[in-house]
Amino acid sequence: MAAPSFVMGAVAYDPKVVTIWDGFRTWLRDQGFDFDFVLYSNYERQVEELVAGRIQAAWNSPLAWVRAARLAPRAGTRVEALTMRDTDLDLTSVVVVRADSPVTEPAGLRGRVVATGAVDSPQATLIPLAHLAAQGLRAGTDFTLRRFDVGVGLHGDHIGGERDAAVALARDEVDAACMIDANHLLFARDGTLAPGSTRIIAQTAPYDHCNMTVVASPSVLVARFGELLLAMDYADPAVRPLLDLEGLTRWCPGRASGYGALTAAVDQLGFYDGAGVITAADYRP
Amino acid sequence: MARALADLSPGARVEVVGGDAHLGVHLRAWARAQGHTAEATTVVKGRAGDDRWRGAVRAGRPGPDGAVEHPPADWGLAGRGALIEAGGPALVRADLDDRAELWCDAAPQLYAQAAASQWDPATAVAWDEPFALPGEVEGAVVQVMTYLIENEQAALVVPAGFVARIHPHFREVVQLLAVQAADEARHVEVFTRRALLCGGQLGTSGAGGRASLQTLLDTHDFSEATLLLSVLGEGTFLNLLAFLERHAPDPVTRRVSRLALQDESRHVAFGMGHLQHHLAADPDLRGRLGAAIERRHDALAGTAGLSEVTFDALVVLAAGRWSPAAIAEGWDRVQQLQVEMDEGRRRRLVRLGFAPAEAARLAALHTTNFM
Repeated sequence: MAAPSFVMGAVAYDPKVVTIWDGFRTWLRDQGFDFDFVLYSNYERQVEELVAGRIQAAWNSPLAWVRAARLAPRAGTRVEALTMRDTDLDLTSVVVVRADSPVTEPAGLRGRVVATGAVDSPQATLIPLAHLAAQGLRAGTDFTLRRFDVGVGLHGDHIGGERDAAVALARDEVDAACMIDANHLLFARDGTLAPGSTRIIAQTAPYDHCNMTVVASPSVLVARFGELLLAMDYADPAVRPLLDLEGLTRWCPGRASGYGALTAAVDQLGFYDGAGVITAADYRP
Repeated sequence: MARALADLSPGARVEVVGGDAHLGVHLRAWARAQGHTAEATTVVKGRAGDDRWRGAVRAGRPGPDGAVEHPPADWGLAGRGALIEAGGPALVRADLDDRAELWCDAAPQLYAQAAASQWDPATAVAWDEPFALPGEVEGAVVQVMTYLIENEQAALVVPAGFVARIHPHFREVVQLLAVQAADEARHVEVFTRRALLCGGQLGTSGAGGRASLQTLLDTHDFSEATLLLSVLGEGTFLNLLAFLERHAPDPVTRRVSRLALQDESRHVAFGMGHLQHHLAADPDLRGRLGAAIERRHDALAGTAGLSEVTFDALVVLAAGRWSPAAIAEGWDRVQQLQVEMDEGRRRRLVRLGFAPAEAARLAALHTTNFM
């Protein structure tokens, strides 16, 4: 068969990814856009493929965006955030203790055990650890880190590690747990953390999450892809179930201004070097 | 929050006040997921909630006269009269979606009667009432019960199959057929229990009888199946069950026949009501119904129909005792039964608009297996 004009990469963090992008592919083709997608088992390979030009877009985690932005110059190019979900804008992470804990502020975590999600989770590991470090609390030195490495390579898309950290907190196995704000609400609703059983002792500044990364170019196809995503209407019954599955009510124009905290965390924790090489010692995607 | 935002326009602002220490964190996360924005404890309504219900339609009106003629497949399982969000799955298996081909004006009343008449097999029959029948007569009752069980199974399976195919928009018909299947389940229960009451085992099941019943299971068209099963088959069974009640040699047989007869009369009433409705909308249906009777007759031409064993059992049951004179009388009674069965079928076919001569011809083509 002839090669399709536009290929996007997505990471298979959940079986629903197939349903989502199969559905979007049908919709995009119905709009006359020759679109296909490929699935990757982890973000690292997806980013490498984007920068090498083998795919035209990558539905990237924030950490994948940071790496793509560092790898691209070595390939003589740069990347742009074409679009993002409305739910990718201005998220925060929280550090949570049990309601009966004597800890009332981050300083109280000195000498205690803090749980995080997987090694490569921006929201449940990298950003909160950098937030604590900025207040003089370093993992391994000032407190014991207990990491829950579930779904490594998926950059925290798999909620498993974050949930396990919350469960450990509820069971009094750790003194604090880090999670994204939406999951503190989710865990209260689903009983992982009974309502009223925890207190938030720290909240990060807002940051951005996933984006549709493309290599910067005057490509008409890239521009058209962006236009079509932005044109998806929540009122359209054909596309709304897909938007619900993917967790957005609309696509928004992409921006690169919300990745400062993660970029700083990546540097501080030595996750990637300045050229985008993986330097995290115990990271095996 | 949903209630506060419901009647507001996108862009409207709602100030949220609460005592929970995490209100700000949760409000922000909740608003983001819902397509709103949160500024501290002020929520600015987004469009997504309103967009979801744009294009939503009411699935008819809830009353029996509120059904539409052709409900769309993607109304699916939704209750009639509900406000339906667009984009749901199509209920592909519900291929029976034409009101003219499904409806029966009496369905609501028949369902209400059926729901109020769900007797308990354990308590509606005096199972402990003592009686003793001659061995031959008891054996005849057992054989008749064995025959009834498989016929009632067919009368259960056929409507059950249609229940899954009828669009839920026509809930009264779905409900009625569901309770019809429940009626037959009770009949299977009490006929089985009577057959085993005196400690024996069940009788025989003839291949011809099962072949006859199989043609009912294989009838795909709803109106044809309703004619063959409910009007002709169960109509014939009204005569049979009345016969069994009248000539029952023991009180338990009398009682179970009476209970089943009450239920079967509702089934026949639905069949007649449905076919009258469909024929009014499509008079050509009459020709197709006649052809269905002929096809079934041809399909069963090589089979034995009612087994001799069951026929003889009816005679002995009607005889009440094992003597030549009693058996002669029993035989006469069974002959008269068959005449009455045929008359009943003819009458019902005439009520469905068949000319008397045609009704007589078609009535005579009905399976000798009664159902």
